[in-house]
Amino acid sequence: MYNEEERKPLVIVEGLKKYYPLRGSTIGKNKPVTHAVDGVDFEIFEGETLGIVGESGCGKSTIGRQIVALEKPTSGRVLYQGESISDMSSGRLRKIRTQLQMVFQDSTSSLNPRKQVYDILAAPMLYHGIIEKDKLDEEINRLLDLVGLPKSMKHRYPHEFSGGQRQRIGIAKALSVKPRLIVCDEPVSALDVSVQAQILNLLKQLQNELKLTYVFIAHGLGAVRYVSNRIAIMYLGRIVEIANTQELFDDPIHPYTQALFDASPLPAPKLRGRQRIVLKGEIPSSVNPPKGCRFHTRCPYAIESCRIDDPELIPIKPGSDHKAACPVILAQREA
Amino acid sequence: MQPLLKVEDLTIAFVEDNTRTYVVDKVNFSVKPGEVLSIVGESGCGKSVTALSILGLLSPNAHVTNGSIIFEGKDLLNMNEKEIDRIRGSEVTMVFQDVMNSLNPVLTIGNQLTETIRIHKGYDRKKAEEYAIEMIKKVGLPDAKAVMKKYPHMLSGGMQQRVMIAMALACEPKLIIADEPTTALDVTIQLQIMKLLVELQKEFHMSIILITHDIGLVAELADRVIIMYAGQFMEEASVYRLFDHPAHPYTRALLESVPCIYDDPNKILASIPGTVPENYQDIEGCRFYGRCSYAVPACKEAQIYSEFQEGHLVRCHRAEKGEIPFV
Repeated sequence: MYNEEERKPLVIVEGLKKYYPLRGSTIGKNKPVTHAVDGVDFEIFEGETLGIVGESGCGKSTIGRQIVALEKPTSGRVLYQGESISDMSSGRLRKIRTQLQMVFQDSTSSLNPRKQVYDILAAPMLYHGIIEKDKLDEEINRLLDLVGLPKSMKHRYPHEFSGGQRQRIGIAKALSVKPRLIVCDEPVSALDVSVQAQILNLLKQLQNELKLTYVFIAHGLGAVRYVSNRIAIMYLGRIVEIANTQELFDDPIHPYTQALFDASPLPAPKLRGRQRIVLKGEIPSSVNPPKGCRFHTRCPYAIESCRIDDPELIPIKPGSDHKAACPVILAQREA
Repeated sequence: MQPLLKVEDLTIAFVEDNTRTYVVDKVNFSVKPGEVLSIVGESGCGKSVTALSILGLLSPNAHVTNGSIIFEGKDLLNMNEKEIDRIRGSEVTMVFQDVMNSLNPVLTIGNQLTETIRIHKGYDRKKAEEYAIEMIKKVGLPDAKAVMKKYPHMLSGGMQQRVMIAMALACEPKLIIADEPTTALDVTIQLQIMKLLVELQKEFHMSIILITHDIGLVAELADRVIIMYAGQFMEEASVYRLFDHPAHPYTRALLESVPCIYDDPNKILASIPGTVPENYQDIEGCRFYGRCSYAVPACKEAQIYSEFQEGHLVRCHRAEKGEIPFV
């Protein structure tokens, strides 16, 4: 279990940047690029769930892919147990990959439609040589049991399952190689509400049983709050605020965090008339992110200096774990 | 007050190789002028098919096998294509979830908007263009003249949805059917579009049928709510009544399974066991039976959809008698 006092980092992300070249761009020196992730630093502590929240295109999934070394960062690095996986040899990386797994949003396209569940689950274990053939059957039964699927289903194909069941297979596949960290990239967004709750509860239960560390990437605030110990809020390639879940919801600092909370619809018609920040305008393109604070174009509190100075993510009080990148609000609070 | 739209005993089946699969089973509802009615349900429950049938937009293999759809006293199901064309797009319009596929990618926004206005309002080109610019301003897009010259791909998802709304509003319809209008959008943009829809609905005094699976959106927008499950209506009430006193076990489970940012942090999220039954048309009794924690043997008999309190309907014999404890 995650314990705030005795925590130690499992993964450290340092100055991570990831740019993607734009397709069909002109040949020349200054090719336009998408600044998907543009300088983020954070830690993931052993046994915790770190939620990453943000709107589409903010770079949250890109971060997820760098953490499990599916891609190499443009600059910066990801340290897993003190070792950089961003410039590791492929042989060494192959050994470490079993410990860093991923569960995807789209369970339909992340499972091979021509393979039975049995083969889908067996393949990673055989490839990494973590099981003997004669124990395979037993292990697959155990995995299915773990994610709440009947053993009798192992000779079925992915299309014979419902969305929720397929997501369970995706989780079993990630678990098959005995990982320590699982990046869950929007694992419930494609599912119906009643099934979402099943999967969220399953993830929580597995974390307890298997001492897993999760990075939970999503845009639905309710779900992220439900599973996360800490939450990072992202906007246009940057983390704008990061804090312990309870503290973040009790005391959101960054105007974007506040607006995001306000925008999240509440299942309570009585609260319809509540005061809320309605952001104006659209999310700027990450090809040419705004200068200064990236949020200043939509921020209700923006002042002149926000257009010029790029704010740093700093503790809201000396020594605090709660960090925010908004000098304007922080100065207001001090006064 | 006379209802604007009255749907009676509507039954829809998909026909394939001479077998009929009934996806909507005798649903009855009405929409009053100026009202936002929300039909809520999970994927495959028949909510979108119900909505599409109103405008005669069902896919060729889907058929309305029974029932009537009365709009302002006329049965839309008995109209020929020409008559329905006069209503579709001017009196009743639709806003879809998938904006990218609902706008024509090779025509400018201006072209598409003015075409709609010219056909339905009979304006000449110049007048239609002026009117289109006015509509674009109305949905809160800056620099309307520039937007007119743009192609859909040059706009963001939120802007495209605004254009769709402008198009739906252009003929001052009496009823807008919005099928998951904000699902594809980010939360902060979602809120903008929601506010816009509510403002315009009041201004134009329109009715809206909001089709969605998003409980939060319903709580923010709807006046009245219908809960649909496996092709049937399970419950219907005013939005305040439904959220305060949900009667059907399915409605309750659905409301409890939504994680909310103001929940008690230690609360364990309720989930509904199992999945929606396949071939639910063959189930005689309650279609939620296998997943319901209040099920008793009598639930295997056909359930009647009845108004057990004024304006509050439920399809559950136990809820009707007040046998479902309120949590």
